[in-house]
Amino acid sequence: MAIFITTPRKRHVCDEFTEPQRLVTPGATITADSDFMRGHGTYMEEDELIASVAGVVEKVNKLISVRPLKTRYNGEVGDVIVGRIQEVGQKRWKVDVNSRLNAILMLSAVNLPGGELRKRSAEDELKMRQYLTEGDLISAEVQSVFSDGALSLHTRSLKYGKLGQGIMVRVSPSLIKRRKTHFHNLTCGASVILGNNGYVWITRTPTEEEEAPDGGFVQNLQPVSDEDRRVLARLRNCILGLADHRMMLYDTSVIYTYAASEDYPVADLLNPDIMKDVILKVRQQLNQEAT
Amino acid sequence: MASIQLGEGEKTFIIHGICKDDLRSDGRTCLSYRNFELECGVVSNTSGSARLKLSNTQVLVGVKAEMGPPNPLNPSRGGIEFFVDFSANASPKFAGRGGDELAAEISNMLGLVYKNKKMLDYKSLCVIAGQCVWTLYADIVVLECGGNLLDAIALAVKAALYNTRIPLVTVHKDMDGTEDIDVSSNPHDFVTLDTKNLPVLVTVTTVGSGHIVDATLEEEACSMACIVAAVNKEGAIDGMVKKGSGSLTIDSIYKMLTSAKQIGKDLNKSLDDFLSKKGSDMSSKGFLT
Repeated sequence: MAIFITTPRKRHVCDEFTEPQRLVTPGATITADSDFMRGHGTYMEEDELIASVAGVVEKVNKLISVRPLKTRYNGEVGDVIVGRIQEVGQKRWKVDVNSRLNAILMLSAVNLPGGELRKRSAEDELKMRQYLTEGDLISAEVQSVFSDGALSLHTRSLKYGKLGQGIMVRVSPSLIKRRKTHFHNLTCGASVILGNNGYVWITRTPTEEEEAPDGGFVQNLQPVSDEDRRVLARLRNCILGLADHRMMLYDTSVIYTYAASEDYPVADLLNPDIMKDVILKVRQQLNQEAT
Repeated sequence: MASIQLGEGEKTFIIHGICKDDLRSDGRTCLSYRNFELECGVVSNTSGSARLKLSNTQVLVGVKAEMGPPNPLNPSRGGIEFFVDFSANASPKFAGRGGDELAAEISNMLGLVYKNKKMLDYKSLCVIAGQCVWTLYADIVVLECGGNLLDAIALAVKAALYNTRIPLVTVHKDMDGTEDIDVSSNPHDFVTLDTKNLPVLVTVTTVGSGHIVDATLEEEACSMACIVAAVNKEGAIDGMVKKGSGSLTIDSIYKMLTSAKQIGKDLNKSLDDFLSKKGSDMSSKGFLT
């Protein structure tokens, strides 16, 4: 079996790329006008407002801030996130959500197995590790943001909860396009959760009889069929390919990439040249639609 | 290694894929290796250097040739020493002294493999027997840590050694019999090393009842044991280490080594082909461009 060794790829800017307006680099002067207020990603020096991060300048009335291009996840209330349990603590779980600080998931903010609604007792607290333990993946919604930027999550809806068999991939949170829904059942037989925090969960769409949503507390550990696995692997490579080419992730772009990739075997998508062709096709398709 | 935690569902998914369908999460079969990027001559102030990027694993190796007194036990032989440094960028766990233990383990392993006198022509590194020999210092920096680290390091070391240029020195005797060393003033006078016998490391990881090569970080998290074999271009094994807490049966060790031999042969062939084309590159503008 041949193993290909290549020289490092150079990043090419695609032809139709238009640079966003007011793109700044750290140290660039945004304005010398002292009428403006200093927002995130900026600092004042000698009456000049200077960018401290690379990103796009945003202006709201008198407030100027710079939204960074490459960043950790900054949560907002209502965001859908995919996270990994890091720690089990007093009435709470600590969750890694690709943010600067771990998010917390309170025991009172989860649905108990069986769906009963009641006050959480001391027994529930002792059983916490049986519900969710270190390493488990969950999908959740941001309930509130603390003053230091840490997030508080909740899973009090049956669509959220523990995640079972599937693949998690990490991409930059800036690449996730904000949509009305982040849960997508794709026609290829797979479901994706495009977490706002840049964690993407790929899994098989459950069949009708498996549907009974229980917040994921009953895990189905039956082997996934070969075809399903191929679909998930292809989807994973497509999503990573999109992220690698700095394309926004949302249902349409994922579906188009999946369709365009079907000319190639799954493993070939790891080849950067093939992926480039696939992405080019998707780009054209998306541009065509936009016009 | 920089390990990650996985949930039960994820682990089951990975293990079933490997044992049942011979299909891994990225669409590879158990015994297929990923393509990787390699660049030689990236650091201008070394004698030889290479940078290797295998998906999310990135290593930079610089080799520095220095003249010094030989090891008294082997007065007419040069030597090679390894030093591994884990960048805290690779994982926050490596900050401070966090990576030291793992670094010592890896440099010891490489040291053991390269100790074999058949690997490199250590005699040619001798300038004046008993007084002055070339010692090669291979400094390895792990910039990103995303699984299959040992294989990546060994490949990069081999590439950096291929890339190494040692200044040409001549020894001439003075009237009174003392020996003098003359370093050629022409920078184009150099000798290169013969790397054709150098092995690469192949890590074969057991997952469930099957075994895989070129494991990702997620797959490593599902594994209890692995065998690291040093394989040369003929497919012969120059050394091996078993890592991890799990146990292996004779049967599975045999199967794993057979896979390691085959993969090692292929890897060596690909690497030698690449190096003969691009390995003596010195023109790189640096790895940040």
